[in-house]
Amino acid sequence: MLLYALPLAFLAVFLFYPLLSILGVSLAPQGQIDLSPLGDLIGSGYYLRTIWFTTWQAALSTALTLALALPGAYVFARYEFRGKSVLRALTTIPFVLPTVVVAAAFSALLGPQGRVNLALMSLLGLDRPPLNLQHTLAIILIAHVFYNYTVVLRLVGGFWTNLNPRLEEAAAVLGAGRWRLFREVTLPLLTPAVAAAALLVFVFCFTSFGTVLLLGGPRFATIEVEIYYQTVSLLNLPMAAALSLVQILFTTTLIWLYTHLQAKTTVPLDLRPQASTQRRPRGWRARLVVGLSVGLMLLTLVTPLLALLDRSFATSTGYGLTYYRELGINRRGSILFVPPLEAIRNSLSFATVTVVLALALGTIAATLLAGERGGQDQRQAGRRGRTGPGGRFNVGRAVKGLRALLDPIFMLPLGVSAVTLGFGYIVALDEPPLNLRTSIWLTPLAHTLVALPFVVRTLLPALRGMNPRWREAAATLGAPPWRVWLEIDLPIVGRAMLVAAIFAFTISMGEFGATSLVARPERPTMPVAIGRFLGQPGALNQGQALAMSALLMLVCVVGFMSIERFRVGEVGEF
Amino acid sequence: MRLQISTLILLTNYPTISGQHNHLSRSEHPSTGSGRSRRLLRQAQDASARSVCTNVGWLVLLTALLLAACAGAQVTPTEPGPRAIRLMSHDSFAASEDVIAEFEALHNARVEFLPSGDAGAALNQAILSKGNPLADVFFGVDNTFLSRALEHDIFEPYQSPALADIPDALELDAGHRLLPVDYGDVCMNYDQAWFAEHGVDPPANLEDLTRPAYKGLLVVENPATSSPGLAFMLATIGHFGEGGWLDFWAALRDNDVLVSSGWEDAYWGESTWAGGGDRPIVVSYATSPAAEVYFSEGAMEEPPTGNVLGSGACFRQIEFIGILAGTENRDLAEKLVDFLLSQRFQEDIPLQMFVFPAHEGASLPDFYRWAERPAQPAEVAADAIQANRETWINQWTETVLR
Repeated sequence: MLLYALPLAFLAVFLFYPLLSILGVSLAPQGQIDLSPLGDLIGSGYYLRTIWFTTWQAALSTALTLALALPGAYVFARYEFRGKSVLRALTTIPFVLPTVVVAAAFSALLGPQGRVNLALMSLLGLDRPPLNLQHTLAIILIAHVFYNYTVVLRLVGGFWTNLNPRLEEAAAVLGAGRWRLFREVTLPLLTPAVAAAALLVFVFCFTSFGTVLLLGGPRFATIEVEIYYQTVSLLNLPMAAALSLVQILFTTTLIWLYTHLQAKTTVPLDLRPQASTQRRPRGWRARLVVGLSVGLMLLTLVTPLLALLDRSFATSTGYGLTYYRELGINRRGSILFVPPLEAIRNSLSFATVTVVLALALGTIAATLLAGERGGQDQRQAGRRGRTGPGGRFNVGRAVKGLRALLDPIFMLPLGVSAVTLGFGYIVALDEPPLNLRTSIWLTPLAHTLVALPFVVRTLLPALRGMNPRWREAAATLGAPPWRVWLEIDLPIVGRAMLVAAIFAFTISMGEFGATSLVARPERPTMPVAIGRFLGQPGALNQGQALAMSALLMLVCVVGFMSIERFRVGEVGEF
Repeated sequence: MRLQISTLILLTNYPTISGQHNHLSRSEHPSTGSGRSRRLLRQAQDASARSVCTNVGWLVLLTALLLAACAGAQVTPTEPGPRAIRLMSHDSFAASEDVIAEFEALHNARVEFLPSGDAGAALNQAILSKGNPLADVFFGVDNTFLSRALEHDIFEPYQSPALADIPDALELDAGHRLLPVDYGDVCMNYDQAWFAEHGVDPPANLEDLTRPAYKGLLVVENPATSSPGLAFMLATIGHFGEGGWLDFWAALRDNDVLVSSGWEDAYWGESTWAGGGDRPIVVSYATSPAAEVYFSEGAMEEPPTGNVLGSGACFRQIEFIGILAGTENRDLAEKLVDFLLSQRFQEDIPLQMFVFPAHEGASLPDFYRWAERPAQPAEVAADAIQANRETWINQWTETVLR
């Protein structure tokens, strides 16, 4: 029981305490709470328009991502083909690249002097670039799909891998057409995973900062961009706090809605190991589907990365390794110089700590939220309530209520503004024993905070879908509870845990979270090094930034594939 | 017996398999039930063997990484030797390792750096941690944030003897709480090759930008989110006055000015010479052309860009240093401030930070012959900036973006 308190304590210390501190400083500077900024906010047409824009662009991005990524998830779940893990690793790379680099990649591909425009101009004989996506909504949506494709691919794909194909085959035998089969058999089974992925993608796009700021330009503003402007540029803390509260309110309401709906649709599933659900594509139809899907993925997700890679080798004297070599040279003897190995080491260290912490805390939290008997728990609790005599306190319903309350809380780190939280750390964590403002530990802890919702969201569908009879069977064969967990639960959710580990690793390598905006003692990571190169003009700086980005891509791909290949006993094989 | 998942599935499913002719699934044929369980067990055993090897490999890699990380993480020692002095700054603060080492050797100190985001974010953190400062010395307050910094009273006054070599014009704080270290100018850079190719004269001043010849050529940054953007906006306010600057921006808007969110995406994303974009005039720094030469791997003899240096077309940014109130190392902090104002450090500034040293006697490096200084940069009083910042930005946004 005490173990369950750990993730809650973590959230209390690293989320609620700093958040309440900064809100206190902002809204109650002299001790009296003054909520008038909230009134100003609601009364102002500008802010209401901003909130509306934030909401609908997030919804549209989510819909687009799901539409494009679900076919990919299907192909990854049901088919076995060569290069699968490399392709999957490549789709996750966008998450770790700094937004400036992604903007550069899009520019290299879709900009006025980008490859697409140059090709179109030479093909069609035009003198002005035909494709102009700068600072449009389209580029924001494209970038969001680019970033979030991997969330759907891994979450839904991983879950889909273990679904028993016999149900679909049975439906086919009973006469269901392909579309009906998908609609009435597959989709309902997939709902937990699809909904979880949709929720993550939505909240991510809702709190989107860098993408909207850099790619969308000044005409588009989300709530997060406004919070940044109010906090950093104007030091108008009350308005920033009001905007933060609105953002938290929106995301919490959405998460609560989601939890409410989810509770009704979860069923225990007949899960199968991937060895029996996946097969090589046979027949021209299957090959076409796989080929088209893979081709589309390569086209939309990999080509910008290739454009980046290409630019990193293009020196003023032709293709060469100049920029890579220059990475190791401290030409100006500057203290800002980051040896590439040190940057890699720092990034990987933070990422390792994040993965371990996030997995540990996330697993405990997910187990707490899923309940002892998976989906059965909720239905049995309901049944007990109906047949029990009136007036008696219903433990089942109380527990269910507690879980419904905790679920949104574990998702909260994603809905809180990074700017607000970052400044919250400055205000709150300034005295021993929590004197972590300038400690290197703050970085992995902040990363863990952002990774926690991803881990919980990834593990929950798997945990809830587990057949409780397997646990009972193990128990009747004589296994104590810890052994049941170790040998039944763990291997089955093993796949989900690996996906969760990947998310945590990605979030840490990509420097998400509050620490990207506040003071960091000298432990530069790869994204920080890239940012430093882009702070000064000059071809050498741009080239080195691209070279370091290419290294970041390489390190991440190696990291992803290592994690995916992790095999302990049955974990990962399933 | 060892509970393996594959065996368990078989056990729980056996009742459904027996008695049913299940032709649907190729992988589960009822008549080879025992053969299947043998195959599954064998697969599971192979998987176990494979898993041991990959698992050991993974653990070794992980341990190696962690050891390497921990080895690097060992902070230099617990000798009672050097005293630590912490310098908080924005992310662009840079210095030579040799120069810092000189200071450390001279005063038996160890300088710790705390880069804290951009200038505004860093200052705000210093303000939020008033009374319990994050560092001893803060570098990076510039003249646009001067009044905000002084208003919140987070610095201790220090009249450094090194101020004797700093021109009075740069000392904007008479109370010596913030001392000037360097200055730079935000100016427009234009692409020399582009203008030569198109046979157009490059713009000479601000008014030129509203002429039809320069339609659709300029990219500026949003003053709400960018420091050079704010500086350029202030330049127009200084040059045209509060009565006329908005008309100028309305004319710029009609002349198809592009607004980006920050310097990085304007320079690396929209400029014709560095960004693969289609805008040959970018608001940047007056030292950017010189930096282009320096960072060109020796490929460039002359800068690819020039500066628009007309009267009032540039804005001077002065950067200050101050001792944070509440520091426990006042004496060492004073020495650090003195050092940053000394000729040794000031001569190091151009190559590291690409701005001009405040020290009158500091010599400039060779490639700084390409670094230009405007004769008449625009000026706006620091108090006026503090008082009107939000109003001006709102007015600007209304005029240009909506």
